[in-house]
Amino acid sequence: MAEMREPIESGCPDPWQYMHPVMRKNFGQWKYHEHPRPGVLLHVAFSGDKIWTIKAGTQRILDVFSLRKLCDIGDQFADGYVHFTIRSNIEYLVSDESKVQPLIDALEGAGFIVGGTQNSVAMISHTQGWLHCDIPGTDASGVVKSMMDELIDEFRNANMPNRVHITTSCCQINCGGQGDIAINIQHTKPPRINHDLVANICERPSVVARCPVAAIRPAMVNGKPSLEVDERKCICCGACYPPCPPMQINDAEHSKLAIWVGGNHSNARGKPTFQKLVAAGIPNNPPRWPEATAIVKKILKAYKEGAKDWERINEWIERIGWPRFFEEVELPFTKYHIDTWRGARASFNSSSYIRF
Amino acid sequence: MAIDKHTTPMLDQLETGPWPSFISGIKRLRDQHPDPRINEMTNDLLGQLEHSYETRKGYWKGGTVSVFGYGGGIIPRFSEVGKVFPKSKEFHTIRVQPPAGNHYTTGMLRQLADSWEKYGSGLVTFHGQTGNIMFIGTDTQNTQNFFDDINEYGWDLGGAGPCVRTAMSCVGAARCEMSCTNELKAHRMLVNNFVDDVHRPALPYKFKFKVSGCPNDCQNAIERSDFAVLGTWRDDMKVDQAEVKNYIADKGRQYYIDNVITRCPTQALALNDDNTLAVNNRDCVRCMHCLNVMPKALHPGDDKGVTILIGGKRTLKIGDLMGTVVVPFKKLETEEDYESMVELATTIIDFWAENGLEHERCGEMIERIGLANFLDGIGIDPDPNMLSHPRQSSYIRMDGWDEAAEEWFARQAEAGK
Repeated sequence: MAEMREPIESGCPDPWQYMHPVMRKNFGQWKYHEHPRPGVLLHVAFSGDKIWTIKAGTQRILDVFSLRKLCDIGDQFADGYVHFTIRSNIEYLVSDESKVQPLIDALEGAGFIVGGTQNSVAMISHTQGWLHCDIPGTDASGVVKSMMDELIDEFRNANMPNRVHITTSCCQINCGGQGDIAINIQHTKPPRINHDLVANICERPSVVARCPVAAIRPAMVNGKPSLEVDERKCICCGACYPPCPPMQINDAEHSKLAIWVGGNHSNARGKPTFQKLVAAGIPNNPPRWPEATAIVKKILKAYKEGAKDWERINEWIERIGWPRFFEEVELPFTKYHIDTWRGARASFNSSSYIRF
Repeated sequence: MAIDKHTTPMLDQLETGPWPSFISGIKRLRDQHPDPRINEMTNDLLGQLEHSYETRKGYWKGGTVSVFGYGGGIIPRFSEVGKVFPKSKEFHTIRVQPPAGNHYTTGMLRQLADSWEKYGSGLVTFHGQTGNIMFIGTDTQNTQNFFDDINEYGWDLGGAGPCVRTAMSCVGAARCEMSCTNELKAHRMLVNNFVDDVHRPALPYKFKFKVSGCPNDCQNAIERSDFAVLGTWRDDMKVDQAEVKNYIADKGRQYYIDNVITRCPTQALALNDDNTLAVNNRDCVRCMHCLNVMPKALHPGDDKGVTILIGGKRTLKIGDLMGTVVVPFKKLETEEDYESMVELATTIIDFWAENGLEHERCGEMIERIGLANFLDGIGIDPDPNMLSHPRQSSYIRMDGWDEAAEEWFARQAEAGK
């Protein structure tokens, strides 16, 4: 056997070598920024140096042709330095204002979308879905492509009350993260168990321990060691599925989409907040998921019309109240909106504050 | 040799519309790439994905794949329908750690693209939700070949499994006036101290570091990391009154009363009759809102440092947890400052490795054993900044009160208060 190569455990690389010279020179010495137009930021250093950032949305799952196209544009129209945002947008850095417009034209000409700055609907942060995940209830890239096709004007322009971060997740683990609006899979039926496979594939005590409501117990089924689920206790969360694939939670009909709003990671004006359930039972409907997009657009419309400047979705709802929110977005309020989990009591109204 | 292309009527519908289409990108690899291996692999990938769209089910299964010398860093994927789609039946993702702050040159991106098309599918994402560069799709042998190639020119695998995970940091001091710390240094010092724990999963569960340069927290550190580092400052914020007046001249007093003064969460601001801004810095909680609205006029103070919060995570298993303040303020200037932060991280990870249950995140362990016990375990004194408010329940045995009170006064005296 050929000798194996020992890895070089270099860890996280030093970004200094990849940083625009103006950014290296003015590191930690930035004075302020302006927003000359949607998709463009201008940062000015105490030295007087300036750097323009041009932000573009892409398909995120990049083929090497698209990646090289982005590089060609960066070499021909920018300075060869780029930065990726947490929402997978590419940002080009240029120190010469005259390069800004030709760069925008080149990006738009190649089919990329310039925008995503300040009070825009930012690129939807998403996960892998059917393309690559081992437990997905839906696709991620397809949902996002479908929604961004409809929200593209809100990405290109920055005229929402504040920025809007949308996320999608293909299971309840919610890898897409908290969002002003989150579109997540919500399973509605307990797992279907293939008892022939459990003993060979699953480490049964680990699976039992994984259940948040202690609904799983070891059992002999058809003479084989397996697991059984107390379906009266099961909350259909899917936590047993990753450690035990024979406990299939995904269902073509009963894995639905739910929409959550008001997750906000910033400390600005208030402490960070988690998202809250507003809609469920939405069909998981590839390839375009029109029902989910319609609800997202309805929420965005009400927010855009009703919120004050700088209010994020959670702050807007906090001000107008949940009764009016449900009224404005024409969504039903049900017993499922009442939290049953740990700490649920803190979400109950223990005052005489009532909205009319 | 022409390949037998799968028909993909559902995926084809994702090629319409103005947003860039990932399906068109995968088809380019199938139809235009010179390497038949990539044509065939992406053809079968499209076939399997179409099958998922038709049946609303995923068909990838995990497994055990890594590179020589490591135990993690790869997301193994084996197809359950590999007999029908044999060319993509192994389709592993390689997680590679990005440079802190996600800076690249086009030259380096090209070099990575060249390596990837030699060994992989040609599909890549900058970056996944874990913060890694995701090189999506290759077989087991080429996982090793690709890693050997890029590892020679400075790239290393990220975390996967129960281990220290790839860290994330914002663009920070490289381009942002709000930055209150050297994010990239904090990021690299933290995660690179734990390369062994990144590459060889042996912890109760995952452990994530995220660094945001200010309380706007663009990296979602508080809600998404076990160890969140947020830049802040403790002296007075800086006010350029001439620029304040310029803002007011532009949009009027009412706009700034409505959008700055009354939006301050602790009512620490007032607008004077002469259109200057009065700040009560002792009431200010550094929320960033007024700085965000008036970036030319308002800036962080000079006495900068970081706040460290521990235990943020998402749903599984006990529900969402935000991180909890464990270090209200820490200077990060000297090498010793940075090293003591790394020491704190080591202490916390060691304590959690010792006391956490299997598949229990650090925040869940704190929930189970109590914050006071956790602080005791890592040798940090309690501080009112760690709480929204003191306890409401009287159900606690308190016969150690007198000693605890003495310790408080002793610490206050030591701090010169």
